[in-house]
Amino acid sequence: MTTETLSPETRTPAPAVHSRGNRKQARRNTLIGWTFILPNFLGFLAFTLIPVLAAFALSFMEWTSFSAPRWVGLANFQRMVQSDTFWVALRNTMVYALGHVPLTMALALVLALLLNRKLKGIGFFRVAIFFPYITSLVAVAVVWNMLFSPDSGPINQLLHAIGIAEAPGWTSSSDWAMPAVIITSVWRDMGYYMILYLAGLQAIPTELYEAAEVDGASPWQRFWNVTLPSLRPTTFFVVVMLTVSSFKVFDLIVVMTNGGPGRSTTVLSQLIYQEGIGEGKFGYSSAISLVLFLIVLTVTVLQFKLQQRRER
Amino acid sequence: MTNLAEDLKAPNLPGVPVRGGANSPEDRRRTHRSSRRERNKRTTDVVVYGVLAVLVVALLVPFIWMLSSSLKENNQVLTVPIQWIPSEFLWSNYTDIWTRIPMMGYLQNSLYLAVIITCLQVLTGSLAAYGFAKVRFPGRDVLFLAYIGTIAVPWQAYMVPQYIMMQQLGLTNSFNALILLQAFGAFGVFLMRQYYMTIPDELCEAARIDGLSEYGIWARVILPLSKPALASLALLTFVNTWNDYMGPFIYLTSNRLWTVQLGLRSFVGQFDAEYAMIMTGSVISVIPILIIFLIGQRYFIQGIATSGMKG
Repeated sequence: MTTETLSPETRTPAPAVHSRGNRKQARRNTLIGWTFILPNFLGFLAFTLIPVLAAFALSFMEWTSFSAPRWVGLANFQRMVQSDTFWVALRNTMVYALGHVPLTMALALVLALLLNRKLKGIGFFRVAIFFPYITSLVAVAVVWNMLFSPDSGPINQLLHAIGIAEAPGWTSSSDWAMPAVIITSVWRDMGYYMILYLAGLQAIPTELYEAAEVDGASPWQRFWNVTLPSLRPTTFFVVVMLTVSSFKVFDLIVVMTNGGPGRSTTVLSQLIYQEGIGEGKFGYSSAISLVLFLIVLTVTVLQFKLQQRRER
Repeated sequence: MTNLAEDLKAPNLPGVPVRGGANSPEDRRRTHRSSRRERNKRTTDVVVYGVLAVLVVALLVPFIWMLSSSLKENNQVLTVPIQWIPSEFLWSNYTDIWTRIPMMGYLQNSLYLAVIITCLQVLTGSLAAYGFAKVRFPGRDVLFLAYIGTIAVPWQAYMVPQYIMMQQLGLTNSFNALILLQAFGAFGVFLMRQYYMTIPDELCEAARIDGLSEYGIWARVILPLSKPALASLALLTFVNTWNDYMGPFIYLTSNRLWTVQLGLRSFVGQFDAEYAMIMTGSVISVIPILIIFLIGQRYFIQGIATSGMKG
């Protein structure tokens, strides 16, 4: 996450606590500060902070829409590891992440490199490539579902045209549904990460390229030895964001395949929804939520550690 | 079309020196140009234009196909070979859809939710951000960490407790559930605070000496200076709410409350062979976003480039 630390020099100077007048000032500041924060904080406390904490507690309780909450320790987790569906969903989520993260990252970088130049009308190209990201998901899913249509969909027609006789069944085949979802999501997300990479490219000091050129580095060498290393912080950030968002994948799957065919595209978020809201197993679904949260947390922390070691 | 290179830089305040200029290698090459290089550059430019044009058309094919299909008969949508331009433009799809499904009602619901949530989010977010960025009091930084911490928690991990809460309050199947859940997001506070931190404290100090109250400083000094950030937050929130599927899917069960996204999805489920009409609905659901995006694209890009996150 981009949480910049609260550096001392950006704070308003701390009042000396000696005189009574200053203490009065401090109390006044507290009051003023809270009045600013309060309208948002009330909503945030009730509808975000408390539910977050409740989710932790709930995962150790048995609670369904038909029974009162009861502390059961790790029983939910035991049930979870014995559930076949849980492992299928976990595996599918990981397969999605393994496809989505590298593909989106590579394409976003290529697009950013292509679009990082001063040309007339370059803004139009950037905007056009970014647009899928803010297009409504239902429209995206509906259009791609038709493009992927097995018999006469445009994609399979294209595949036939280039000589592939046995074109995949895409969303109607349990082997190809996940690749179809991944392709759609890569198409949708790459414009967003392209923007992050563009910002990273524009922060590279020109002197580095000058020095490399004086040393006689070819464009390819400049890319490997100047651009890529300088982009490392951006790449780190992009990888964390992409991985986290891959593990959270939810709405695209619900709208495009609804987990099917069979369980071939069921993911963790969907399982939480089905068990918790669909069937009212509040405790059990919270146990799965905790797993999802821990995965996201581990990925973030791990990549932070890796990044730190590389910087040393 | 504006050059987005400008927009990618962190927003700058009037009178605050800008760090660095445009940094592309092409830029500095121009300073000691030779005619051969200039010619080479021109050839590269033409090649790059060609590559980009092909690329953009390829990436926009789904939209082109959506638009073309929305003007066809159902049985002309999935034909072999593909018909890129309809043999006959069936404009009646765009008039028929309003009677086939309550599209107007869906649009109104989406608009209502998006406007209310955006207003509340921008107002409470910018107020809270001022408290976090410009007022110093004990416990402030811990509180801000709690805000940041929840951004890192996936929303799906606490949607079930949220749902139970709304059920207990009797708010399921109402707009109020979605408004309460989405109008006080931590993201808005975070985005605005990051921006307020770039505004020098001396400005607030000067206003304090001039006798303005803290509320006065927020309203008359900070808000006018933070228009770009406010625009970013407003646009991102609006588009997110308009496009949101899971929220309405979980909370809105009666048809009269449905948003465009839910209405469209249900239409697809019920009449999955009405390809053309489905595409017409998709086009209509995207048009408001397209308009908003074209008007405010630089604020979208700025918001993403400076905060690095969304939703």
